[in-house]
Amino acid sequence: MTGAQILLECLKREGVEVMFGYPGGVVLPIFDKLYDFDIRFILVRHEQGAAHAADGYARATGKVGVCIATSGPGATNLTTGIANAYMDSIPMVAITGQVKTFLIGNDAFQEADVTGVTRPITKHNFLVKDTVDLARIVREAFHIASTGRPGPVLIDIPVDVQQQDIEFIWPEEVKIRGYNPTYFGHPGQIKKAAKLISSAKKPILYVGGGIITSAAHKELKELTEKIQTPVTMTLMGLGGFPGTHDLSLGMLGMHGTAYANHAIMDADLIVAVGARFDDRVTGRLDAFAPGAKIIHIDIDPSSISKNVRVDVPIVGDAKNILGQLCEEIKKAPDTSDWLKTVESWKKKHPLAYKDDGKIKPQYVIEQIYEATKGDAIITTEVGQNQMWACQWYKYDRPRTFISSGGLGTMGFGFPAAMGAKVGCPEKQVFDIAGDGSIQMNIQELATCVANKINVKVAILNNGYLGMVRQWQELFYKKRYSYTTLYNPDFVKLAESYGAVGIRVTKKEDVRPAIEKALAIDNTVFIDFHVEPEENVYPMVPAGEAINRMIGGMA
Amino acid sequence: MRHTISVLVENKFGVLARIAGLFSARGYNIASLAVSETMDPAISYMTIVVEAEDEKILEQIKKQLNKLIDVITVTDFTKKEHVDRELILVKVACPAKDKARLEAALKKYVAKIIQHKGDTTIIEAVDEQEKIKGLLEALSKFGIKELVRTGRIAVGY
Repeated sequence: MTGAQILLECLKREGVEVMFGYPGGVVLPIFDKLYDFDIRFILVRHEQGAAHAADGYARATGKVGVCIATSGPGATNLTTGIANAYMDSIPMVAITGQVKTFLIGNDAFQEADVTGVTRPITKHNFLVKDTVDLARIVREAFHIASTGRPGPVLIDIPVDVQQQDIEFIWPEEVKIRGYNPTYFGHPGQIKKAAKLISSAKKPILYVGGGIITSAAHKELKELTEKIQTPVTMTLMGLGGFPGTHDLSLGMLGMHGTAYANHAIMDADLIVAVGARFDDRVTGRLDAFAPGAKIIHIDIDPSSISKNVRVDVPIVGDAKNILGQLCEEIKKAPDTSDWLKTVESWKKKHPLAYKDDGKIKPQYVIEQIYEATKGDAIITTEVGQNQMWACQWYKYDRPRTFISSGGLGTMGFGFPAAMGAKVGCPEKQVFDIAGDGSIQMNIQELATCVANKINVKVAILNNGYLGMVRQWQELFYKKRYSYTTLYNPDFVKLAESYGAVGIRVTKKEDVRPAIEKALAIDNTVFIDFHVEPEENVYPMVPAGEAINRMIGGMA
Repeated sequence: MRHTISVLVENKFGVLARIAGLFSARGYNIASLAVSETMDPAISYMTIVVEAEDEKILEQIKKQLNKLIDVITVTDFTKKEHVDRELILVKVACPAKDKARLEAALKKYVAKIIQHKGDTTIIEAVDEQEKIKGLLEALSKFGIKELVRTGRIAVGY
């Protein structure tokens, strides 16, 4: 078999059903074999779209997302998407073509040092120098991408390696001596943690994307109910615990709920699971949760004690450890007073916005929530739209909220929605977008229409780069430096691609427009003309303690 | 404070770049780095001397190194019994009349004269870094023209 055939055969054996990508000079041998090969291929309109679509597919399904691009510019166009997947620990395999092995380093046409460029933004990467190594490398790539703390792995394949004809040998086993993730928690540490939990007066569970990655939602719910402890989630953790549950405090941090922030600051025990104490969560670090002991559960040892001091570190898989903990805890802590206090915060500082008859973005999201009965997959772009989507849609199931957490990539939501829809065709997929972000990967409209990938896009159109404008309003004396947008007619634009566009300028038309969009068997852009200077509240100014919130009802 | 760490890595191209990239991306400082093959040609041995303000940073450095797929083991010699050495080549200004004085100064150290030509002497020394420091102080009285050092290498018991 040629290298190209070996690659595709390996992908198939790894369970790959779909790939997102774009052809080019040095991947021609692969595309030639792909022409009549049994893997679905989605031709995007920009390689960044392919990487985000593979990412969205991975987040929605839990499988490894695969994208492919040619050398040089094709590969560098993937990098934003790769970095995005890396920051959020998403399993992805990116395949890039490379110039012929003997031309590498010669500044050949469309040559870039892609393994060099992607080294700091991949979990690992490979340059295949000999076709003999290809099958083993593909196996290792999938193994590394999908195990431990997942992440993107890039395979760079020179065109002559794709062409060379050799005997195909499928490596039955993957063995990498420098890579052995820990999956079960150390029993001694579990005992210590159980003891701390049993004697806590004001415990809180602070959970992140690790819950979703390890499918620990059932174990989390069981433990939470057993120990009657409130749960707050990071952006990446939304859906890991039911948002409608009495013990849910929603998201914490910079734009978290006031009650989540008060609760974590006042807690005497924080049980962190699959979260990494990121700066958007902790606020001013030296003022964070001063009275709390911390139990930190994470599969990546380097996440533990990186930002905060930890009393009981437990390295391992969240699902296993939560199960172990639940079994180990004999006596639930008495949290009745604590829950009353938390409840009073919930009543005193609810999420709120002023309803003045205009279209409020928060209202649009509430209406999407109701119209989809909370059952849609929501993706977001980055900025105000993203924060409102965190606050106003309640996620009850894992893998229903898909958003660029760590990297904060504008232009992520639309191609990610496309990937999610390909992975979960039976689901309604809604991208909650801003008028700025949507234009960063709007070319994927063609991909959606051509492949009948029907996603719905709610553009919260305020004519601004809303989040930057909000900061300018609050911290830069309202000097709106380059945040006012000139926009196209989104309705006509959608129509020009063969999609459907709906414009909404009155509050009473919001719900009917959403219902109409859901009923249409096509990609739909809904252009909501929302209140231009609406702000996201509550808000913790950068560098402040997270209970020092401004705005809203906080 | 300086810490000596040894790292066993896969002997593949790009591994050094991964290690160096990790240090620069995360803002850690390398004081010295020595790399060589081991008895097993598939494995390389790196001795890295790192500058870490506190225990927390040192811990992070070790964890981040361990996270690299091509890293097989990481050993921290800070609290471990070990032997470390450094080799230096130093070019010293030494006219013929001073030669005896120079030889006397070298007696206290594991050092020898490799070459003596005109007014210049090349000296080789192998020792712990404290001793090397002492030697360099002694030699600076003669005038050091050039200094090359391998960086520390270490092995545990």
